[in-house]
Amino acid sequence: MSDKLDEARELARTGLERINRTTSVEALDALDSELLGKRSRLTEMRAGLRDADPRERKELGRALNEARHTLDEAVSARREELAAEALRTELLAEGRDLTEALGRARVGHQHPITLTWERLEDVFVGMGFTVEDGPEVETDWFNFEALNLPAAHPARSLWDTLYVDAGEESTERGEVLLRTHTSPVQVRTMLRAAAVGTGPPIYVVCPGRVYRRDTADATHLPVFHQIEGLVVDRGTSMGDLAGTIEEFTKAYFGESLTSRLRPSYFPFTEPSAEVDISQPDGSWLEVGGCGMVHPNVLVHCGLDPEEWSGFAFGFGIDRLAKIRHGISDLRELVANDMRFLEQF
Amino acid sequence: MRVPLSWLREFTPVELEVDALCEVFAELGFEVDDVEHIGGGLEGVVAARVLETAPHPDADRIQLVRVDPGDGNALQVCCGAFNMSAGDIVPLATVGSTLPGGMEIASRRMRGQESNGMLCSAAELGVVGEESGILLLESGTDPGTPVSDALGIVPDVVFDLDVLPNRPDALSILGVARDLAARLGLPLQVPDPTPTEQGEDIVGSVSVEILDPTLCGRFCLRVLTGVAGGSTPRWMASRLAAAGMRPISPVVDVSNYVMLELGQPNHTYDLAKVQGSGLRVRRAREGEQVETLDGATRTLGPRDGVIADSSDAAVGIAGVMGGASTEISEDTDEVLLEMAWWDPVSISVSSASLNLHSEASLRYKRGVDPELAGLAARRFAELLGSITGARLRPGTVDERGDLPAVPALELRTGRVNALLGTELSRERISELLGSIGFGCTPKGEDLVVVVPSWRLDCTAEVDLVEEVGRHHGLHRIERTVPTSPKAGSLSSAQQRRRRIRRAFVGAGLSEAMPMPFLAPGDLERCGLPAGGLRVANPLVAEESVLRTSPLPGLLRAVAHNEARRTTGVRLFELGRIFGPGELVSDRVRSVELDRVLTGEAEFAAAVLAGADSTAAVELLEVVLAAAGVGPLALRAEELPGLHPGRAAVVEVAGGDVGSVGEVHPAVAAAHDINQRLGWLQLDLDALLAIPEAVVRVQEVSRYPSSEVDLAFVLDERVPAAVVGATIRSAGGELVTGVELFDVFRSEALGADRRSLAFRVRFCAMDRTLTDAEVAELRSGMIAEVERTHGAELRK
Repeated sequence: MSDKLDEARELARTGLERINRTTSVEALDALDSELLGKRSRLTEMRAGLRDADPRERKELGRALNEARHTLDEAVSARREELAAEALRTELLAEGRDLTEALGRARVGHQHPITLTWERLEDVFVGMGFTVEDGPEVETDWFNFEALNLPAAHPARSLWDTLYVDAGEESTERGEVLLRTHTSPVQVRTMLRAAAVGTGPPIYVVCPGRVYRRDTADATHLPVFHQIEGLVVDRGTSMGDLAGTIEEFTKAYFGESLTSRLRPSYFPFTEPSAEVDISQPDGSWLEVGGCGMVHPNVLVHCGLDPEEWSGFAFGFGIDRLAKIRHGISDLRELVANDMRFLEQF
Repeated sequence: MRVPLSWLREFTPVELEVDALCEVFAELGFEVDDVEHIGGGLEGVVAARVLETAPHPDADRIQLVRVDPGDGNALQVCCGAFNMSAGDIVPLATVGSTLPGGMEIASRRMRGQESNGMLCSAAELGVVGEESGILLLESGTDPGTPVSDALGIVPDVVFDLDVLPNRPDALSILGVARDLAARLGLPLQVPDPTPTEQGEDIVGSVSVEILDPTLCGRFCLRVLTGVAGGSTPRWMASRLAAAGMRPISPVVDVSNYVMLELGQPNHTYDLAKVQGSGLRVRRAREGEQVETLDGATRTLGPRDGVIADSSDAAVGIAGVMGGASTEISEDTDEVLLEMAWWDPVSISVSSASLNLHSEASLRYKRGVDPELAGLAARRFAELLGSITGARLRPGTVDERGDLPAVPALELRTGRVNALLGTELSRERISELLGSIGFGCTPKGEDLVVVVPSWRLDCTAEVDLVEEVGRHHGLHRIERTVPTSPKAGSLSSAQQRRRRIRRAFVGAGLSEAMPMPFLAPGDLERCGLPAGGLRVANPLVAEESVLRTSPLPGLLRAVAHNEARRTTGVRLFELGRIFGPGELVSDRVRSVELDRVLTGEAEFAAAVLAGADSTAAVELLEVVLAAAGVGPLALRAEELPGLHPGRAAVVEVAGGDVGSVGEVHPAVAAAHDINQRLGWLQLDLDALLAIPEAVVRVQEVSRYPSSEVDLAFVLDERVPAAVVGATIRSAGGELVTGVELFDVFRSEALGADRRSLAFRVRFCAMDRTLTDAEVAELRSGMIAEVERTHGAELRK
């Protein structure tokens, strides 16, 4: 009787080995039937159980059950394995070199000017500013006169202006022009604030396109872009200006850099200063101008300079884009050559 | 303003290193454009005596020169100049030396002959002297003397300072020195010469009449006798050259020297050539002519001022340039010296209208110190006297017109600190201003400040605040960050503009930024109506018209790329067009603050090279979705510049917001583009005016949808969108989607007919639709499309 017990265990052991050696579903089906089918030795032994010694019947029965269970499980597991392998083989057959697809997508590119423009806006929005814009075709009053540059002011020669022939009436009264800076937007913002009665505080930046009567070359364009900032509040000081410029410097150029204000002259601010940013090599790079809003400008905009004070600053967007991206010739910015644009 | 350090040191004992000095200049508001080291680099260049000269046996253009360099060992040098002879003393760059220009001197052979060094011209040494030939040194110079000693050259540093328009005083060595001395706490030594006077008093024999006091604030005349002869000393010539002026003759050089040093432009007349003794200062008559010192004949007008002689003939343009008729010459014995103060605005206008800019006009238009004339005349006499022995004649003619009042300004201590963000005491403010010549008297907590005559640009309290800030040092102001009471944000329109830009980029387009200028004819070449605002003063014709459409710019960009073999470009632009529109003339200062020009409008446009109108419409849908507006409708229309059969106006919310289609092939061809160009143009002003509604969610059915495909054959002229709308309305509320999935044309269908295949989806909120329900809806829709559009169902 113990022979049969051994045989049952042996059946399970060898069966298991053979199942795991099968390499196809067909072979596994055949083996399944051979090991567990109606004519299998296990089925036969099960049938012969009733003839066994009653003392051993129970133990043999359990051994046979175990053997059947083990083999059943193994067949199922092996069947899954073989199916997975077959699928993998099938999929490998339709394999593909994915590098074929590289570089085919139509990728769009944003212009470096608007990239810089938006970065600047984001920094200032983060500092609590809102964004204003205004017309590009302006009058002399908004572009010059309101900004403390009356008609005969010698400093007007600092701005080579393009005038617009807007019909006899305008030409006679003088002076419809293409704005030479975004400062008219500051004037409009202050006038609006003064007019609606709410008045300041004003915390705005004005990005936009500006014009100069200039021949396009590597360092000049007749059309370029500026972002100007304006803060008008009670008790606003040059210290606030310096602090704001420093905060901007760190946010835009990097925490490791710093700014300095260097005395300068602009008709619409006083005191006025140039903004220099420190360079890793220890030198200074001029990036813009700033100053305390001139009392005459506040008056023109309907604000009392004894009650309100403010500061303004301005940066060249093109220049910042040029610095950041190493653009050597500004004319690239208007040529719209894809070989240039697709680098952004 | 070029400032030699040695000259500055005559006024104040500056000892700072060059870098530190540059830093101080920057802090004072003098941007240092350049620093130049001059007079250095002459080591190894010595005086040598020419022993003999001989022709080169094999060359005509060089000769052999034997020189004694001072050590008794005669050297042979090959030389390309022939202006020296035996006995002359010349500069020799010895073997191993390097000239200021960087040339290294080595022993070499020239056409077979040894050359042991090089004889140098003034230019090669970087010094003032004859322009051609070898520089001849003074005959008594011992051979072997270093040439820098022989020439009396002291190495110097020249700072090229950018002087700001509000610093009339700083266009002089004195003015720069005054600021520097104040900042560094050094004494300022202003010269006060008292040259001896000799001869007959001029008062009575010389006079001036100021006919226009608004033009001329002060007119001083002095006379110097015995101005002929002499030659400008080398130190003065070097200094003038360092400051950027060419030495000419003693009288002219002294005139320039005094102007550069003190800031007082001055003019010298040959007294013998001045008709009569009385000068007249007046406005020029229209068309009046005068020959100026540069030899040009200038036609003047009432914008200009003139100095006229007693016959009323103009002998000079006020504050701009002197006349040729009274120009001094070698024979001049007596000089009439003019030191004037001209009205800055008048000189600015005159100089600009004549397009004549001189060192004098530059200073006059900024405002010269009206009290400087006396000192400047004495300094002039002192310098010229030391060169030619000239003597001042006694007497000064000094007439005055309108001079700006010297203001006494109130300066509030509190105001200074509020504007600067400082905590300066009244005493400290007084010290800072006093150091640059402002007279301060306490008045309570505040100050009354008398502006010095050289700072007439200071006319208001804030001008003084600026000076205090500058001398306190902007870098010393404590930095504070003000906080806006409101949160920073982009407006809805600004955010949507950005989303539109991103949508274009996401759809594979690149952003172009063409200049908004056009040449005449550009619009017509695009099939657009001529017009557009003209630039009144364009530099070139290509920039003389403002665009009325984005089409020319984007087509030019496509053509630019096509010409460089970059095909199939897809570009977009967000920008502005101008006109046609009206000038809003009466609102210049109004609080309405509208656009000046009603025609200034914002657009978004795109061009798709090699793609057709279908691609343009797809792009339109992407962009409108990004802008958060819809639904859209297309209205076929023939539009200027666009393909007549492939163009439509875009409608959203009942208004026109743009156009879509293809560029007219003839327009493309006119730009050398031979492929289809999909086109999209949106009016951003109109589009962004449509409010973006907050999305309120529509509940989604929990039941599956049913689909039916329907293909109709019908007339080409019925728009697909109209058929789709008919289907939708016939299907009623249960229709959740109508999608055109196929368009088919064939001869069998007949000309002008096409098949449109739609997939219609239905769904109910409360149940799955039964086949019977779907079938009923289907036949209802078929019947409606057939009836409305004369279509027939394609089986």
